[in-house]
Amino acid sequence: MDSASSDRPATGQHLAPTVARSVKVLVVGAFGVGKTTLIGAVSEIDPLRTEERITTASVGIDPGQPNKETTTVAMDFGRITVTDDIALYLFGTPGQRRFWDLWAGLADGAVGALVMIDTRHLEDSFEVLDQLELRTKIPFAVVVNQFPDSPNYPLERVRAALDLLPETPIVECDARDRQSAVLTLITLVEHAMTFPVFQKVNA
Amino acid sequence: MDTEEYRDHPVRSYVLTSGRAHPSRNTLRPETLVRAVESRPVLSTASRLERELVELCRGTLALAEVAAYLQLPVSLVAVMVSDLVDTGNLTIRSNHQAHVLPGKDILEKILDGLRKL
Repeated sequence: MDSASSDRPATGQHLAPTVARSVKVLVVGAFGVGKTTLIGAVSEIDPLRTEERITTASVGIDPGQPNKETTTVAMDFGRITVTDDIALYLFGTPGQRRFWDLWAGLADGAVGALVMIDTRHLEDSFEVLDQLELRTKIPFAVVVNQFPDSPNYPLERVRAALDLLPETPIVECDARDRQSAVLTLITLVEHAMTFPVFQKVNA
Repeated sequence: MDTEEYRDHPVRSYVLTSGRAHPSRNTLRPETLVRAVESRPVLSTASRLERELVELCRGTLALAEVAAYLQLPVSLVAVMVSDLVDTGNLTIRSNHQAHVLPGKDILEKILDGLRKL
C-alpha cells in the first residue's frame, strides 16, 4: 500500500450482517446552519464526506459560452442502524441555488428532509423551502437550530414568517445534542407516515 | 502508480471506468448497500482500485461510504460497483428496487428504532 492509503481505514466500519435495507433522510440548509453537527450527533460512525461533480446551468447566459458549468459539491453523511435489518442514512446537502439539481436526484427514494433553519438568518431559508416544495414531493420538517445568540422567537412566529403549511412540523433543536437530534428524526418520520405515498406495505 | 494523482481530475478519473459516466444499471443510489461475494475471486484484469473496492466491501457498506473511503465521487464509484456486480464480485444487499419508497411498515420499524435510541 502506498502512503496515500494509510490515512483511511483498510476496511470500512461495516454494517452488521443482518442489515439488508437502507433508507435515507436529507438534511438541507444553508452553509453553517449545523447540518454536519446534527448528523454527527446522531450518527454511529464519524460523519463521512463524499464529493460529487454536478453540472449546473450557470447564472447569466453568455451566447459565446456553453451555459453549463461543473461544480463540486461536498456531502457530509452519517448513519444509524435503527433496527437489526435497517440502516438510516442522513445526507447533508447545501442549500444554495446551484445545488438544487443535486437534491432532486438525492430526494429520489428519500423518506423526507430535515430543513435546518437559523433564525438569525431566516431569509436564507425562503428559497430553500420554496425549492423543496417545487422540486420534490418529499415530506419535510423544519428544524430551528438554537444557537447561543439566537433570538428567542416563538415557533409560531417562525412558522408564520416561513409561511409553512399548518401540517408541516416545526421543532427546536440543539444540533449538538443527540436526543434533541433524534427527536427531529422522529418528528420527520411521523410526518412522513401521514403521506399517502408511504402507506403501501412493501416489506 | 499512485491513484492519488487521479483524484479531483474528471478526465483521469473516468479513464478508470473506460470513459463511461453512467453505470450499467440505474438502480444504484448513494444509500444502496453493497457487499463483496467472498467466494468469487477478483478477475486478473481488475484494476488496483477495483480490488481495493472489493476488499473494502468485505462487510456491508452503502455506496456513499465506499466512495468516501476511496475518496472518489459517488457517480464514479457507482460505475465501478455496477461493473463488479456484473462480474459477480459484489452483490447489492439492499433488497428494494430503485424508485420504490419504503412502506408504512418500514417507517414504523424505523420509528420504533429511533425511539429506543
